[in-house]
Formats: sequence, C-alpha cells, structure tokens
Amino acid sequence: MIVTRTQKAGFSLYAGLVMLVFYFPVFCIIVASLSEKRFFSFPYPAESLTTKWYESAWESPQVADFVGISLRIAGLTAVCSVVIGFFSALAYARYRWKGRKTFQRLVLLPLFFPQSVLGLALLMWYNFLDITPAWWTAAIAHTVWIAPITTLVISIQAYGLDESLEEAARDMGASRWQILSRITIPLLMPGMISATCFAILLSWGNFALSLFTTGADSSLPEWLYARMTTGYQPLVPAVGVISVIIAVVLVLFLFGIVFWATRKTRNSATSH
Amino acid sequence: MSMPPWKKFFGPGFIGMLSSTPFMLLMLFGFVAPLLCVVWFGLMPPKTFDILQTPTLENYRTILGQTYFKSILWSLALAVITVAILLIVCYPLAFAIAKIFRGGGYFITYAIVTSLFVSENIRLFGWVIGFMKNGVVGGTLAKYFDIQIDSLLYNIPAIILGMVYVYLPFMLFPLVLGIKMIPDPVREAAFDLGASRWQVFRKIDLPLSMPGVMIGSLLVFVLSIGAISEAKILGGQKVVTIASDIESEFTYAQNWPLGSALSTLFIALTTIVVFFALSRFDLEKLLGKKTS
Repeated sequence: MIVTRTQKAGFSLYAGLVMLVFYFPVFCIIVASLSEKRFFSFPYPAESLTTKWYESAWESPQVADFVGISLRIAGLTAVCSVVIGFFSALAYARYRWKGRKTFQRLVLLPLFFPQSVLGLALLMWYNFLDITPAWWTAAIAHTVWIAPITTLVISIQAYGLDESLEEAARDMGASRWQILSRITIPLLMPGMISATCFAILLSWGNFALSLFTTGADSSLPEWLYARMTTGYQPLVPAVGVISVIIAVVLVLFLFGIVFWATRKTRNSATSH
Repeated sequence: MSMPPWKKFFGPGFIGMLSSTPFMLLMLFGFVAPLLCVVWFGLMPPKTFDILQTPTLENYRTILGQTYFKSILWSLALAVITVAILLIVCYPLAFAIAKIFRGGGYFITYAIVTSLFVSENIRLFGWVIGFMKNGVVGGTLAKYFDIQIDSLLYNIPAIILGMVYVYLPFMLFPLVLGIKMIPDPVREAAFDLGASRWQVFRKIDLPLSMPGVMIGSLLVFVLSIGAISEAKILGGQKVVTIASDIESEFTYAQNWPLGSALSTLFIALTTIVVFFALSRFDLEKLLGKKTS
C-alpha cells in the first residue's frame, strides 16, 4: 500500500498519543509508590523520594501470605489449564472428528461470559456440593476461564504440526504413548510454554473470579481492591508495582528455561 | 485396505473425541452445572440457602417491584457507550497497525498485550492517583498553570474512561485482524476510480473489516456489561451497575435466591443481545459479501 509521509506521521502521532494515555496510570502508580508522604500530593520534592513503602511491603507477613496464595492459585491453574489445553488443542486443530466444528465454537463460550457472574455461579455450585471455597476452588474457577485461552494458544502451534512425522513413527511401530511423548509433545512445546505464560499471568492478575471463589483465603488482587475502596494508602501502589515485578520475573524465568532447553536440544542435534 | 471394525472405532475420529474429553468435563462441571445451579436457585424462596425446596417465582416478582431495572439500564448504557467510544478510538490505531506501521505495529501490540497482565485493579488505581484531588493531573495544573481543580473522580465520565481503558485491547486486536482482511488492491482500485477517502472508508474498509468490528464490539459489550470494579473504584457509589447489585445480594444482603434470579435475568439479557447482534450481522455472510 502506498502511504504518504504525512499520513504516516499523522498515524504515528495518534498512536503515540494513545500509548501515552494508555501508560499514564502505570506512571502514576510508580510515582505514588515512591512518595514519602502518607497523603499523596503531586508534584513532590525530590527529597521525599523513598523506597520505604517497598520495604514495609516486603517485610509485611500479610502481603507475603497473599502473594503465596496468588502463586499457588496461578501454579495450579497453569498446570491444569495447560494439560487440558494440550489435549483440547489436538481436538481443536489436529484431529478430524465429527463434533469438531461444534467443539471449536464451544471453546469460545466461557470467554464471552461475564466473569463476575461465572464466579458467583461457581460459588453456588460449591455450596451445593458442600465444598468450602479455598484457594484451590479459585484455581478451578480460573481454569474454566483460562483453559479456552491455552487451547487457542496451543492450537496455533498444532495447526502447523507436520502430521507425516506422527504417521512415520506409527509406521515404524511406535506405540501411541511413544508418539505422544517423543513427537507430539516436543513439537508443541513452544505453544505450551507460551500457554503457561498466559495462564500464570492471567491468573495472577485476575480479580473478578477470585472475588467469589477464594472463600477465606484472599488473593493479591482481592487485597489490593479491598484497600483501594477504603481510601488511599501508600502501601497499595508499592504492592501493585511489586506484583507487576513478580509477574515479569516469572515470565522471564520461564523464557529462560525455554532458551536453555532449546539451546540444549540444538546442541545435541548438531552433535549427533 | 479394509480395516477391522475395532481399529476403525479407535481411529482418528475417536481420538479426536477422546482428546476433547478433559475440556468437555471441565465445561460440564465448571460451567454448565454452575449455571443451571444459578437458574434453579433463582426459583427458591428468598433468603434461604437450601436448594431442595418448592420452586417459586417470588424473587422475580420482587425484582419487578423494585428499581433493579435502573441498574440494568445503567449497565446497558455504559456498555453501549464504551463500545461506541472504543470503535472510534481503536479503528484508526488498528488501521495503522494493520496497514501502515511495520516494526512499530509490533511494538504497540507488545506494549498493549503486556498491560493485560497487570491486574485490572492496579491499572484502574493508577487513574485514581492521576485524577484525585492533588493527584498527578490536579497537582500539575495547580503548580505550573495555576489552575485549581477538584477531584475528577467519582462521576460517570470517570467510569466510562475506566471501562474504555480496561477493554481497549479487546477491541483493538479483533479490529486489527479484521482490517488485515481488506485487500489493498481493492482500496487502490477505488482510489484510482476517483473515490474520496470517505467513500473508500464507507464502501470498502468498513464492510470488509466488519467481522473484526462485530467480534470486537461483542467482546467489549459482554465484558463491560459484567464490569464491577470500574464503577466501584472510579465511580464511588455514583452509579450502581447490575453486576454490583448482584454482588451485594450475595454479600451484604445474604439473599442468594434473589441474587440468582438477578443473575439469570442478566445472563438471559446478555445472551439475547449477543444472539440478536449475531443474527442481524451474519458473520459468514459478511465474510463472503463483495462490495458493490
């Protein structure tokens, strides 16, 4: 397409403006978390820049509890939704079967559903089953919402799967389990890793589902929400920034593993 | 080659069904059963927690007699306004990402996807800090421009801003996919034949990107009609949405049957709107339709 320079400049200006507005709240959170005063006012002098709220958040056993619960929820959610997502991605993209078209539509259903209502519905369902909600029931709720997303993410990879590799293995007498563990899983690994990232991050930040399904346990977003609605506290922006940092570290850690693993396989592939 | 019947049964068709089973079980126990539970609980006598009682329509009578329709209308209005604003804001940006930028488009995409992983509440709280009295906006105006303003929070525009902000990615990405489907030669041909920019937009861009427009709008509509934190964090108690009505029936009022009846109405309403939109704008037809 032919684009004139003025057009491009105009669109760039607009995109820059949208991005500025988009990241404005993030900027505000960081600024507020570094302010010494108990009641935030802007602008503040450079002398009152402080990291003391981070220190008190770091030392608070309460915050550590919420981080622990959120981590447990995210971990269980990631495992469940990646395992389920792996198989449903095969059903979604790899195999031709009768109910496939219907299944592909069904997968999208939970994504088009208001999360707060889904959380409530699960709360009543647990009540009916006589289950006391705790962190793991929240993980189930997260899985209902995140498994469709992991399915879609892994499906993208499964569409590109070379079927002849599986067929060749079968012709050479490999069992189903051998095909799955030696061919299908390694080939879909990149998709599964990015699905794990999605699952962890989306579960980590989720509020609407956790609100109703954590019971007596409380996740980090819930705690932040409770503090936000009862007035300003300088601890809140600091914990917010910490929660983002934890999310980034988790993902970098995962990518580190992937990088290390792919280098290892590449090295072993070239050495043979 | 003839296959023995047992081998046919365990063929790819069966494997496909087998692979979908874990997901189907999850949906059955984590989605369908809870929803049926809500619908049934809505028929129980008010203020009870026992699910095995004689069904009654009392909750629905209560709802009709009270002002709940107000919060339903508020939720609908907020959702529609959010969708409209997002369409206007996102279309040019999506167009730029899909057709004009190269590396820059990826940069914007990554920057926006990354923000999705920061909890919605934290991002909304950023606006609170920006807009509160002596906040980032107010403080800057007072210090450098000598303009004193009060808090910009706790009103309806603030709620709408919060919703537009939080749901922007859900409009932007479907739009990008939709606009990518517009073939460049069609646009160029139209320009060569002397069409104005507005005509190209009306007759080519918009109809050809309609699937993206529809999916984005529906996604944002459904998400924002169920929104709960925007109205609470940025709106104070100015507006009560249907989602927070439902929440308070379950928490403060401890009236689960009434909350369930409200949820049932809410789910029914959302489903009707989505199905109506989908039938009015048949996606398959839109995909196949040629511009005349």
